[in-house]
Amino acid sequence: MPVQYYIFLSIALFCIGVMGVLMRRNAIIIFMCIELMLNAVNLLMVAFSKMWADAGRIDAAAAQIFVFFIMVVAAAEVAVGLAIIVMVYRNTHAVDINILNRLKN
Amino acid sequence: MLTVLLILIPLITGLLTFGLKGSGPKVLGLVSSLASLAVVAGALVQFQHAPEALQLSVPWIPQLGARFQVGLDGMGAMLCLLTAIAFLLVFITIYNRNYERAGSFYGLMLLSQAGLVGVFTAYDAMLFYVFWELALIPVYFLCSMWGGEKRIPVTFKFFIYTFTGSLLMLVGIIYLYLQSPDRSFSYAAFTNLNLPAQEQSWLFWLLFVAFAIKMPIFPFHTWQPDTYEQSPTPVTMILSGVMVKMGLFGIVRWLLPVLPQGAYMWSDVAIILSVIGIIYASCIAIVQTDIKRLIAYSSIAHIGLMSAAIFAHNDQSLQGLQVQMFNHGINIIGLWIVVEIIQQRLNIKNMEEMGGIATYAPRMAIFLVIIALANIALPLTNGFIGEFLMFSGLFQYNAWVMAVAGLGIILAAVYTLNMVQKVIFGQSNTLTSTFTDLQNTELVALSLIVIVILFLGFYPKPILELVNSTSQMLLANIVK
Amino acid sequence: MINLVWLVPFLPLLGFLINGLGRRYLSKSQVGIVGSGVILAAFVVSLLIFLEVRQPGFSAQTITLFDFISAGSLHIPFAFQVDQLSALFLLIITGVGSLIHIYSTAYMHDESNESFARYFAYLNLFVFSMLILVLGANYVLMFIGWEGVGLCSYLLIGFWFKNTAYNNAAKKAFVMNRIGDLGFLLGIFLMIVNFNSVTFSHVFGGAKAMGLNNVAVAAIAILLFVGAMGKSAQIPLYTWLPDAMAGPTPVSALIHAATMVTAGIYMVARSNVLYSLVPHIQTVVAIIGLVTALLAASIALKQNDIKKVLAYSTVSQLGYMFLALGVGAYTAAVFHVMTHAFFKALLFLGSGSVIHAMGGEQDIRKMGGLKKYMPTTHWTFLVGCLAIAGIPGLSGFFSKDEILAHTFAANKVMYVLALAGALMTAFYMFRLYYITFSGSFRGTHEQEHHLHESPAAMTIPLVVLALLSILGGYLGLPEVFGVKHLLASYLSPVFAGSAAIATPHHLEHSMEWILMGLSTVLVIVFILIARGRYAKYTDSGKENTGLAKVLENKWYVDELYDAVIVKPLGMLSRFFQDKLERNGIDRLVNGAGRAVTWGSQQARRLQNGQVGFYVFAMVIGIIVLFVIGLLL
Repeated sequence: MPVQYYIFLSIALFCIGVMGVLMRRNAIIIFMCIELMLNAVNLLMVAFSKMWADAGRIDAAAAQIFVFFIMVVAAAEVAVGLAIIVMVYRNTHAVDINILNRLKN
Repeated sequence: MLTVLLILIPLITGLLTFGLKGSGPKVLGLVSSLASLAVVAGALVQFQHAPEALQLSVPWIPQLGARFQVGLDGMGAMLCLLTAIAFLLVFITIYNRNYERAGSFYGLMLLSQAGLVGVFTAYDAMLFYVFWELALIPVYFLCSMWGGEKRIPVTFKFFIYTFTGSLLMLVGIIYLYLQSPDRSFSYAAFTNLNLPAQEQSWLFWLLFVAFAIKMPIFPFHTWQPDTYEQSPTPVTMILSGVMVKMGLFGIVRWLLPVLPQGAYMWSDVAIILSVIGIIYASCIAIVQTDIKRLIAYSSIAHIGLMSAAIFAHNDQSLQGLQVQMFNHGINIIGLWIVVEIIQQRLNIKNMEEMGGIATYAPRMAIFLVIIALANIALPLTNGFIGEFLMFSGLFQYNAWVMAVAGLGIILAAVYTLNMVQKVIFGQSNTLTSTFTDLQNTELVALSLIVIVILFLGFYPKPILELVNSTSQMLLANIVK
Repeated sequence: MINLVWLVPFLPLLGFLINGLGRRYLSKSQVGIVGSGVILAAFVVSLLIFLEVRQPGFSAQTITLFDFISAGSLHIPFAFQVDQLSALFLLIITGVGSLIHIYSTAYMHDESNESFARYFAYLNLFVFSMLILVLGANYVLMFIGWEGVGLCSYLLIGFWFKNTAYNNAAKKAFVMNRIGDLGFLLGIFLMIVNFNSVTFSHVFGGAKAMGLNNVAVAAIAILLFVGAMGKSAQIPLYTWLPDAMAGPTPVSALIHAATMVTAGIYMVARSNVLYSLVPHIQTVVAIIGLVTALLAASIALKQNDIKKVLAYSTVSQLGYMFLALGVGAYTAAVFHVMTHAFFKALLFLGSGSVIHAMGGEQDIRKMGGLKKYMPTTHWTFLVGCLAIAGIPGLSGFFSKDEILAHTFAANKVMYVLALAGALMTAFYMFRLYYITFSGSFRGTHEQEHHLHESPAAMTIPLVVLALLSILGGYLGLPEVFGVKHLLASYLSPVFAGSAAIATPHHLEHSMEWILMGLSTVLVIVFILIARGRYAKYTDSGKENTGLAKVLENKWYVDELYDAVIVKPLGMLSRFFQDKLERNGIDRLVNGAGRAVTWGSQQARRLQNGQVGFYVFAMVIGIIVLFVIGLLL
């Protein structure tokens, strides 16, 4: 399959993620949309890695290392992020991010 | 070495004073200022015989090429003498006053003295800038902690205004530094730059605005009446007697020799601003009722004349300017001492509430009259020599400009005599009839001032000769 | 003796210091002795100098004390010049000065110890300044004395400093003098530019080298004359002198009649070379002098304050002196300065004696019939009046006649006007004399009881001055009498420079006799008219109308100045203060500060704490960066 298909798919996924972050107010959904963006990038990396490997580049696997790296960071982020969301929920009984504007004072 | 000692004495005693309590600060302040005066006297003697022994240059920030380079020329020595006398007079006058947190008060005053002496002796632009700020910052604290009711906004304005000027100057200094072939801040390197006229033209404004704010000349003066009014009077004495000379000094020492073409190109504009300032400030002084504001505007008018004299650059105007820098300092400190005495006794600044003081304090009345006459440049007082030479120099530059500036002489007579009349003449009222005549410390301070006024009025030769070398050096550099 | 000339100003200075510093410790008699003694001593020294100077063939000597100002190529020495003119003025100043000092010891006796000493200190300081003025060998030194006498005049007019009106008069005198002084200063600067010197001989030499009608010399001459207008109370700067009568009467006699106000005449006479080089400016001087003489004389006709009449009379007489200078009769001007010093000092001291006796009353409508109470004052005053009116045989006749004769030779119209002024003088002086001394007493009963002749310390100077007023004229007998004009030959070295330039006016001897006879007859007629109208004067209490009212109100010149200069200056100042300073420049400065604050507040709104907004801004930012990256 040509690499363009993967590119379009991951752009679509990424844009869905961006729009989700921008438009939704539920912290969990925003969180999931961020994951979606990260994974869109992962998909793109894997696709490019395959493309370069087919072209005979020996260092093409490096891109897949980045994919693992992103997954690890994402996992760590989920751990911290969900913890924050849980704490927010306990304090405010809501996960609506517009309530969280007390930072400005 | 004496030059370094001049800076070190107030610096060290100033830092020591912060820790002292009771009458310690004022005693140390007095001792320190006496020591400074003695050292200046020594330096003046040395200046006659071996002026090069007063120079010192050691590496300071080698990475930048900044050196700790100090020295004294005629004008610098004269201004150091003025600084030493001014602080001595201030400390004598306020010897019987008790300030809250006296340690900090005297400490800040002395630090400011160190900064002033540094400004007048620095031959390295970086050092000059550092001392410039060192002189300014203690004044900011002094005004904001010991000032009048509106001190906070006024001091804030003063600080921001002068600091803006300083930053412009810093930009100018850095630009000049980058142009110097061996990356040096030294005076010699700056004066040998010979920048193209175009660059001199805009660099002139960077430096000029900084100095113009400090002096201040029209239209950069509005911080000054407020600050003089709100500052504690000893600080006002230093501000108006010595600190405004920093601006004049800056132009003479740094602006004219470094940017001679720029100064030449803009001298008309600078003179016109100065002359407008003379008339404008004199007119405003006429309608003041607050004695501190009146003196403040009077000072703006006098500074306007001095600034015009700088840009007239001929030998008479420059000689007159330097003499007047000294004499204006002495005279205006005298006026402030009288204001301080009145405020101390009556706690009023409004001249309409005064009057008839001459009946109860004849001695003070005599001193006020003499100092006021020196302020309006009556012959045989010190004010005359400087103003005569400056007007003469200005006349040679342009007779019409001088004629307009000369109206300031008449207006000065109007507002000064108004002040004298309202303060000491006329009928006394219930408040002024409680006035007591001078105490010993006040008598000493005012007598010193009057002695200087009359001596230099009769025999101005010593000071004319002292500053002559500086004038000649400047004239040799000037673009004709 | 010439080398000791510094003693002449030094002695009064010493007196000033002793009286000024010791005012708390000295008794009145000590102060009086010191104050008058130093002036007398200075008079003796002056006399010795004069005797040396009057030797034929004496040429001007300069005594340099020290280098006063030097800047670049300009050197101004502190030097005195002794020549015929300055020696003569030394005599007048110290001579009349010592008489007035002696008079003052009695006149000021009611003052407290301290203010008595203060008075004498000021008076000594005045004499010192006046001596510096006439002794200076250059214009800067003259200027020093010039401003110094102005200062003393200020201090003495406002001597009774509790009175606000007196203070205002003092301030007015000082400020108006300053206006003139600015002209003087400009003249000095112009000399420096043109001759690089202010020493008399250099300036005159340089000016001569520039030739007739040079613009620079004309400018110098007119600027110096502006200075003279201020000091010698000429139009337009004369209004301070009548107000200056607020000072003690001996001060009016010394400063505002005999000496200080003649400084302008001294200056022009001293600069005679400059003025002779520019005849047009000389004409200006003559016209100003003549107009002043007429205007002041007309005002004097209707004044009721004894000192105001004398003050306007002084202004008028000064006008005559300038007229003389303007027509080139320098000797006549100096001659009139001298005789005027005698008879006007006499008249002022006489009026002081009257005021003293009247307990401070100065309004002549409330006097009358004083001749039987104060015989000495009366006859000396009469001598003064006769002298100023120009009755033959008294000093005023000779000096005034000399001026009139020269004016006639120069310009007939001016002569007619000047003669008219002289007749007015005779009229108002005798109006004053008759209202004050003849008729019956019109004051209160209490005042009448108090009337007495003044003590000897006051009458002796009166008698001496009366004798001088009679005899002083014989120094300058006109040549038609077939004798030598002593003063003219004495002063001829001073005016030699201008005599060589100017074309002399010649007058037939027969014409001179006719003029003399004409003026004498007319003066006597006017005196008789005054006698007829005022010898039995009673105060009708009627308001003046028409021209008389205008004259009584001094042509409304003070009101005019107030409306044209003082008020507009006040308005301008207030405009600067309220509009330009507070609402203009300062608002701009504060506005710059406020603009920063406002800008920061706007920027702060972006930080609204909405996470969604931040993310949105971030995405927009990323997109913008992408677009920029694509475009570049």
